[in-house]
Amino acid sequence: MTLWFVFALMTVAAIFAVIWPLGRSGRPDNQGSEVAVYKDQLAEIERDLAAGLIAAPEAEAARIEISRRLLAADSSESAIAPAPNLRWRRAAAVLALVGLPLVAVATYGPLGSPALRDAPLAQREPGAGTNMAQSLENLVAQVQQHLEKNPTDGRGWNVLAPVLERLGRFDEAVRAYRNSITYNGESAERRSDLGEAIAAAASGVVTAEAKAEFERAHALSADDPKANYFLGLAAEQDGRKDDAANIWRALLAKAPADAPWRPLVQTSLARVGGGVTMPALPDETIAASKEMNDGDRNAMIRGMVERLATRLKQNGDDVEGWLRLVRAYLVMGDRDKALGATTDARQAVAKDTERLRQLNEGLRTLGLDG
Amino acid sequence: MIAEAGHYALVLALALALIQSFVPVIGARLRDPALMNVARSTALAQLLFVGASFIALVTLHVNSDFSVANVYENSHSMKPLIYKITGVWGNHEGSMLLWVSILALFGGLVAAFGNNLPLSLRAHVLAVQAWIASAFYLFILITSNPFLRIVNPPIEGRDLNPVLQDIGLAVHPPMLYLGYVGFSISFSFAIAALIEGRIDAAWARWVRPWTLVAWIFLTLGIAMGSYWAYYELGWGGWWFWDPVENASLMPWLAGTALLHSALVMEKRNALKVWTILLSILTFSLSLLGTFLVRSGVITSVHAFANDPTRGVFILLILCLFIGGSLSLFAGRATSLKQGGLFAPISREGALVLNNLLLTVACAVVLFGTLYPLAMEVLADFKMSVGAPFYNLSFVPLFVLLLLAVPFGPMLAWKRGDLLGVTQRLLAAGVAGLVVIALVWAWTRGGSALAPLAIGLGVFVIAGAVTDMVERTGLFRLPFTTTLHRARGLPRSAWGTAFAHAGLGVAMIGIVCETTWNSEYIATMKPNDVAQVAGYDLKLDGLLERQGPNYREMIAQFNVSRGGEPLSVMTPSKRNFTTRGSSTTEAALLTRGASQLYISLGDVTPEGAIAVRIYHKPLVLLIWWGPVLMAFGGVLSLSDRRLRVGAPKPARARQRLQPAE
Repeated sequence: MTLWFVFALMTVAAIFAVIWPLGRSGRPDNQGSEVAVYKDQLAEIERDLAAGLIAAPEAEAARIEISRRLLAADSSESAIAPAPNLRWRRAAAVLALVGLPLVAVATYGPLGSPALRDAPLAQREPGAGTNMAQSLENLVAQVQQHLEKNPTDGRGWNVLAPVLERLGRFDEAVRAYRNSITYNGESAERRSDLGEAIAAAASGVVTAEAKAEFERAHALSADDPKANYFLGLAAEQDGRKDDAANIWRALLAKAPADAPWRPLVQTSLARVGGGVTMPALPDETIAASKEMNDGDRNAMIRGMVERLATRLKQNGDDVEGWLRLVRAYLVMGDRDKALGATTDARQAVAKDTERLRQLNEGLRTLGLDG
Repeated sequence: MIAEAGHYALVLALALALIQSFVPVIGARLRDPALMNVARSTALAQLLFVGASFIALVTLHVNSDFSVANVYENSHSMKPLIYKITGVWGNHEGSMLLWVSILALFGGLVAAFGNNLPLSLRAHVLAVQAWIASAFYLFILITSNPFLRIVNPPIEGRDLNPVLQDIGLAVHPPMLYLGYVGFSISFSFAIAALIEGRIDAAWARWVRPWTLVAWIFLTLGIAMGSYWAYYELGWGGWWFWDPVENASLMPWLAGTALLHSALVMEKRNALKVWTILLSILTFSLSLLGTFLVRSGVITSVHAFANDPTRGVFILLILCLFIGGSLSLFAGRATSLKQGGLFAPISREGALVLNNLLLTVACAVVLFGTLYPLAMEVLADFKMSVGAPFYNLSFVPLFVLLLLAVPFGPMLAWKRGDLLGVTQRLLAAGVAGLVVIALVWAWTRGGSALAPLAIGLGVFVIAGAVTDMVERTGLFRLPFTTTLHRARGLPRSAWGTAFAHAGLGVAMIGIVCETTWNSEYIATMKPNDVAQVAGYDLKLDGLLERQGPNYREMIAQFNVSRGGEPLSVMTPSKRNFTTRGSSTTEAALLTRGASQLYISLGDVTPEGAIAVRIYHKPLVLLIWWGPVLMAFGGVLSLSDRRLRVGAPKPARARQRLQPAE
């Protein structure tokens, strides 16, 4: 309501500015004229002459010139006399009273948003956002503000960094990881997280800077899987495919069978021609399976699938794992078991909407739950 | 409420400007004083509303109100207060609002202090101002509205371009705009004179202060911009012949010509048509500059956003005003009364030469700026016109100009005595030659032209001094008389001397910097020592620091000369996380008028850092010169007296020299 009142007041002030001079009887007061300028110039000559700045003959010449201009100006000015015109003044007043508000409303109407209130930062309620993504951004902003004031809060940087990375704000994530290292001390894990963020900021290219971080992480802990994986990736990007394959093969050899990153490394290895045809299986296993007959091979695969199923019963968070399991059952022709696994998977991740969404998408591509 | 009230105030200003565009013109036609006076009150009200609108935007930026799109896109809650304020015009929308605010300010000033103008002239001038203002209000409201809102305001803004987070932004754009927009007043006066069909010496008297104000601000604005580029961009260059710089140089050249031709018009009632044309051209070049910078035709720090609709809109405004004013000029110019006559060798003649050189120089810059753009559009062929082109074209013109500068103020009006002036300038010429010889003997290496150019600079300065000595009769008359005469001299005469000397000072600075600039580029490790121009710079170490909204890496240099420690220099590189970009903060050490300049490059994995160290002899003269020029302008502006060009009588041989 106050806003409309202010608008009305401003409009009235604007109209008044137009009407005010119209109401006055238009005295031809306070206006200058050419005549005045030339008279001043004449006086100036006398002053200069008195001060000795110009000589008498020049003063005389100047005087004659200016007098000539003065005469010309005088004759042309006397012709102009004021001519009040009431009809036009009324028209101007109507223009101000009607036209001005009309123009203002017609312009402001489509452009303005009078319903929106101001939102200066100091008065904002923390976390007031409408959707999830926005409130997460706001949360991040709050944590960042806290950290700008307490930059030595290592735990804060630790929490913030992965969130920033997930939001795709890689440059900020890099800075957060750096600070985390500064205030929490370095570890292989933090170094390689930092390297990953730097690489992500460079659109996946393992830059020299990122590589330095992974090398540092590798030096701190030779078994750090992330560092090894990215060092392999760096080798691949440098065109040293054999090195990459060697690094990744060594990584797989040491990896626990149920490590969630196994498939990723295996696909990478396959890409550089690491000799893997079935990316779902570790290469030693494949080598072993080559000597087996069909029955044994099937038994081996079944055994692996059972192991996977058991692991997922204990820890059901792994969406990728569930999908792999369902796919395996489908391949083996066991549709009932596949459907059963689907139900189990849904129950296991029901609490997490993000994972549930991933799961449903994955299932759709498998042709289940179309 | 602040946001919407500011928005509405801008809309009201548009409505008022529309009324101001027509009512006073009708009033002048009908000779109705009340209708003509509408111009005055609406101009003042317009100033009030635009000012309110501008203050509203500043308040929104200071309060970090991210419900306003402009604030969200260009501000950040952690930004220091000063940059929150300067950030208002550090973006396209806000800078256009500043533009119209200054336009309204000039309109308001004419309305408030234009008591010495004839009523109809004032009405016409303000109406023309309102035409310009209406066009730009529409431009802002339709294509670049700073008050658009966001329904779900984000909690944090996107921050300002880090290069602009500098004190330079507080000074450079407002100054430059005061200059650009100030020339709108002389434009309005010229159009008003064409509409009225009357123009004479009094007109020049009335326009003089406005042109001077605009010229002073433009001079300072350009100098400031150049110094800012020098220390912020990290290359140690101060002028790049970049189209954006040219866009500000062209109105300056035309404006300087205007300043001089208006002088002839005021004093001798001559060069009237030419002065009108220059007024139109100067403002047209200002508009062209706005178009080039704002339309996205040129990509640079100044092009905040590239939006084709904006470019088309400004191009329309440009065509409308330049085309319209030039057509009006073509139609009316012939009917204007011709003024006084003068001999080729006279003060008027010298000023014509000045105008000729300045406008040709301006045309050269215009060609160099537009030719590559035209080639790119028409022939799809990218090229750049840089220093070599200007060195061959612009520089010779300016050398000629500088040679002529000392003669101008010493020639008499109407008919002058070149031989006499040459004799009196002999001392200045000798001073120049001596300096040439000294510089030649002193330096080895460098361009052979450099000593000559320095001599020319000295000649210009000495010429200005000679002029003052002549006028006050120093050494010739008793000291008390001299003092008396010095006080009696018009301040504009002193202004002329200072401005001309400033030209010489800047010239010397430019020549020294470009010729004897020494540079050291290397990768340095801690404790390495660089030797540049007799200075030893030892890199002590690198350290990191967290700023308010950036993280910076500082390199610490210990500077010594001949084993004697002088100072510590700390150049740095700042990383701004929100925009993900970085700036180099050069470190400057001033010794007299010379400077040491360090800027940092990238850090190598081995912990070494790339550094560029420059020693720039007498570099500060480049900016002291313009400051001196602007000071001359201020002196001249403070001279409220009327100017009379006392002509030299035809036959009588004079005993005293005419002063003013």
